[in-house]
Amino acid sequence: MNEAARCLAALPFVCLAGFLVNGLLGRRLGRQGGTAVGVAAALASFLLAIPVAREVFSTGEAVKADLFSWIDTSDLQVKMAFLCDRLSVVMLLVVTGVGSLIHLYSAGYMSHDASVPRYFAYLNLFMFAMLLLVLGDNLLLTFVGWEGVGLCSYLLIGFWFDDPEKAYAGRKAFVVNRIGDFGFLLGMFAIFVVFRSFDYETIRANLGDSNIRGRLLRTIEVGLPFLDLKISLVGAITMALFIGAIGKSAQIPLYVWLPDAMAGPTPVSALIHAATMVTSGIYMICRLSHLFALAPPTLDIIAGVGGATAIFAALMGLAQNDIKKVLAYSTVSQLGLMFLALGTGGFAAGFFHVFTHAFFKALLFLGAGSVIHAMSGEQDMRRMGGLAGKLPATFGTMLVGTLAIAGIPPLAGFFSKDEILWRAWEGCLTGKHVGHGLVLGLLGSVASVLTAFYMFRLLAMTFFGSSRGSAEAHSHAHESPWTMTLPLAALATCSVAAGFLNVPHVLHGGAHFSAWLAPVLAPYPEVVTAEQFTHHGAEMGLMIVSTLLALGAGGAALWIYVKKPGLPASVIQGSAAMGQLYAIVRDRFYIDEAYDRMVVKPVKTTALLLWIFVDVLVIDMLVNVAALVAEVVSEAVRRLQDGVVGTYAVWFLAGAMLLVGYFLYILGVA
Amino acid sequence: MNAPILSILLLLPVAGAALVALIPRENAREARMAALLATFLTFLVSIPLWTSFRPGDTAMQFVETRAWVPALGLTYKVGVDGISVLLVLLTTLLMPVCILASWSVQDRVKEYMAAFLLLESAMIGSFVAQDLLLFYVFWEAMLIPMLLLIGVWGGRRRVYAALKFFLFTIVGSLPMFVAILYAYFQSGAQSFDLEALRAALQPSGSAPLPLGASEARWCFLAFALAFAVKVPVWPLHTWLPDAHVEAPTAGSVILAGVLLKMGTYGLLRFAIPLFPAAAAEFAPMMLALALIGIIYGSLMCLAQEDMKKLIAYSSVAHLGFCVVGMFLWNDKALSGSILQMVNHGVSTGALFLCVGVLYERRHTRLLEDFGGIAKVMPAYAAVLVIVTLSSIGLPGTNGFIGEFMILLGSFEAKPLVAILASTGVVLGAAYMLWMVQRVLFGRVTHEENEHLGDLRSREWATLVPMIALIFVIGVAPGIFLKRIAPSVEAWNRGIRAAIKVESEKRLEEEARRKAGLPPVEVPGPKEPRK
Repeated sequence: MNEAARCLAALPFVCLAGFLVNGLLGRRLGRQGGTAVGVAAALASFLLAIPVAREVFSTGEAVKADLFSWIDTSDLQVKMAFLCDRLSVVMLLVVTGVGSLIHLYSAGYMSHDASVPRYFAYLNLFMFAMLLLVLGDNLLLTFVGWEGVGLCSYLLIGFWFDDPEKAYAGRKAFVVNRIGDFGFLLGMFAIFVVFRSFDYETIRANLGDSNIRGRLLRTIEVGLPFLDLKISLVGAITMALFIGAIGKSAQIPLYVWLPDAMAGPTPVSALIHAATMVTSGIYMICRLSHLFALAPPTLDIIAGVGGATAIFAALMGLAQNDIKKVLAYSTVSQLGLMFLALGTGGFAAGFFHVFTHAFFKALLFLGAGSVIHAMSGEQDMRRMGGLAGKLPATFGTMLVGTLAIAGIPPLAGFFSKDEILWRAWEGCLTGKHVGHGLVLGLLGSVASVLTAFYMFRLLAMTFFGSSRGSAEAHSHAHESPWTMTLPLAALATCSVAAGFLNVPHVLHGGAHFSAWLAPVLAPYPEVVTAEQFTHHGAEMGLMIVSTLLALGAGGAALWIYVKKPGLPASVIQGSAAMGQLYAIVRDRFYIDEAYDRMVVKPVKTTALLLWIFVDVLVIDMLVNVAALVAEVVSEAVRRLQDGVVGTYAVWFLAGAMLLVGYFLYILGVA
Repeated sequence: MNAPILSILLLLPVAGAALVALIPRENAREARMAALLATFLTFLVSIPLWTSFRPGDTAMQFVETRAWVPALGLTYKVGVDGISVLLVLLTTLLMPVCILASWSVQDRVKEYMAAFLLLESAMIGSFVAQDLLLFYVFWEAMLIPMLLLIGVWGGRRRVYAALKFFLFTIVGSLPMFVAILYAYFQSGAQSFDLEALRAALQPSGSAPLPLGASEARWCFLAFALAFAVKVPVWPLHTWLPDAHVEAPTAGSVILAGVLLKMGTYGLLRFAIPLFPAAAAEFAPMMLALALIGIIYGSLMCLAQEDMKKLIAYSSVAHLGFCVVGMFLWNDKALSGSILQMVNHGVSTGALFLCVGVLYERRHTRLLEDFGGIAKVMPAYAAVLVIVTLSSIGLPGTNGFIGEFMILLGSFEAKPLVAILASTGVVLGAAYMLWMVQRVLFGRVTHEENEHLGDLRSREWATLVPMIALIFVIGVAPGIFLKRIAPSVEAWNRGIRAAIKVESEKRLEEEARRKAGLPPVEVPGPKEPRK
């Protein structure tokens, strides 16, 4: 192993060590010690990532580190090995970089909390699991990380576990994710049956094998009594894996856990539920893009689910008053856009949005955290307002984040979102698949417009106008310490700059990011070189229209919520229909209630009924009838019960001996 | 290697029991110490089973053979292979833990300890016996101490639970005994030696089969019934929740940890190898029952208010996974199944220890009596969460490896089985985390819970080995699998071949009958030697 490989091998374990130290010795370390250990571990992993990244960037080749053989039987070998290639190096830098900033931020944010060491223990454990997910050189190791981040998410959402609602939110996240994992597991099993391996490199290499390809593309018929399904094997595999991605990356119909996950501390929301973990689904699909590219029907479903989620979540984001809830729905919506891109074959486009979104969404969450911190825990935007002067650094950086996510040029979100919208509209604008492209394009564009609106609404309600909270809370509001504003500034810088990595050809950029990833992602539907591309006008037009729409929506939001704060209320109260519509959106379309009524309660009722009727009434009754027969025996035994255990034992032994002896006797005589 | 380790393992606990019996009644402390010493010594003696075991060797190891009652065909033959060696080690490891967990038993201490020690011998005997009659003696001998542990040291409804346990077990065991005798006589093997009996029941070459197809089916069913009750396979499981609820903590630990494995082990060692073609015929039924057990058991957990009942039902689901892994003739599934037997012993044993910790403090196991315990007992909370995670098969813990291998193997063999079984993974998380939340999280709602003390050193001593195993198996499953897998592969090879040979012979018989040819002479019961 060379130096880069050694760093690669070590860096996840630095975080594991941080977890162990804080987890085992936390009480002795105390608040400051615990903070120091936690932050140092994250920072060390970032520092170790630098030589790895340098090596990958300079050679373009993957850095690998073989650690040990994890499972080793004659027909199942799984190695504990890390792979840092062109794709994972990006995630590696995001996870360790943004992760370190959020650790630093947490040092300030959590400084008053009673269980700081436990917090940092979980956070370090999360880093470890996320690094396994990202760096694992095989699907099983990714799954280990996948479950690990789920665990940490559970622990951190329920971090303040004495609030039953928070504990419930954590459990909900875990169980809903497990439903997704069910699909992931089955997809993984099928991959193993086809490829006899979980290794990414083996899978990719064997995709070229005509036997395997034929097997993957062969149609299998799923003959169910009510459904005669015809699907190619690779279609089934990719659908199963996508179900896993739906769970982890909070898409319809399994997105319901993410808004509730806001119960966790805000830095956690930034790290886990915005920048890293929730993008794992997209990462996994990119990792296996060559497999997904063989299953166009799956890709269509991915695009549809992503587009629908993007718009649906954005709608719900419009009507939230909890600052974190707005951001949560925004995250669901942005993840939807990423899936929309993947579904059109824009693996690089989707992944580029993962990259930029990590910066500006983490920034927005941390900014929200700074506001909440300043307002002593207040999260309702209706009691905020006029904080721009009080929290200048927070306001300035959040403004950058808002511009970025709204897609205002030249910030990062503009470039990444533009790429996605182009992928969505492409079919329509180039005349290849007009209907298909129109639907996807509209889904993406409307979601983007809504994004600009609710984000500027958030900005206006929080920072502009006059204070609507108590005068006391407002006067106490103060800017956060440097540990919190420094990460804000760093993330704001990235939110401005990151887009320039992938300036499209139409703007005379090099599209470096996409080019960098090209060797590891599947070219789908086909490769179009810059020279072959002739739709510059359409692309340019889309870009301009999108920007104008975003500016318009943002301006409208500012105008309404700053100048006419009474307007939304009067519209809602204006007519009964509007009021009802608003209530439905605000109450999130009653999806949670529907799930509760249609899934959770029926399962519980079935369980109870089965228990009472089958176990207690049927089976046990049969047993009790048998017991009646045996009562004669027990009557005899009762007479022998003199309360002395020794006597029981002797009787039992004697009985057993007699029984055995009797049979032995028969045997001997016969 | 030359020391008769297995015999020492069988005798040490008995000797310990005798020693405990000699201690005067009022010296409860001495009785406890003596039992602890005896079980710990037994554990130390069992260590060579790990260190000197030859992983690649699929034959029986540590074999000891002595003629015992030649007139009856009874031999004293013991040995272990990759299928049983870890189960023996699990037993010897769990026993000192159980004794420590029983420290607070005040009532008739020496009898209690003696019962436990006798139970240990019987359990080890059942795992190592290579003679069918010898096995049966140990098998029945386990019943007595367990019955006493529930019936004498149990909770309020101990008599009901003990009687139920007894009824189920005896109803299962007696047909097996009849089947053992029947197979013995029909085979003409003159011996209860498992290997000899198997060879006689499945003669090589063109020799006819001593059992007719339907006879073999009945024999298999008789064996399977006895073992299915112990597993327990749905719908024979209803004795388990009652037995667990009434049994003292250590009784539950050993019941879940070892006794249930007797059922799955028995299927693997006796029922399937002796009647392979019949087993293959009934495999779909066994798979179906096991799958019902996984889903039904998991659903039951959602309806429970008593922690012990909940964990008992979760055992039905977990053991369902083990049974699934056994009837697919797939190497991965079966290796996973055996590892999962060990895992279940560790994880569920630890869960019962955790319940015991709370019970000792509060004398209740109802979920509604807890809540917010994580605030008052943080170390306990951490332990319970770890054990729970292992029970729901989180990667990094032991439970994952077992479940994963079973599911992967099932998918390879029968995808539908894997799909149905995987639902257990979702439900498992739902009910276990629900339990954890109700016990640990939220506010402390009962005044009595406000000043509960955290784990004491004796409790740590019982839990630390379990937690260590949870992670060792989870992170380095290789050292366990390399002991299991070769035996499993040989077992599957043997069974697959036997099924093939037997079915071919049956077809041939059938063809002869149809053609009107006289059947190949089936040797009747042979004259016993004079």
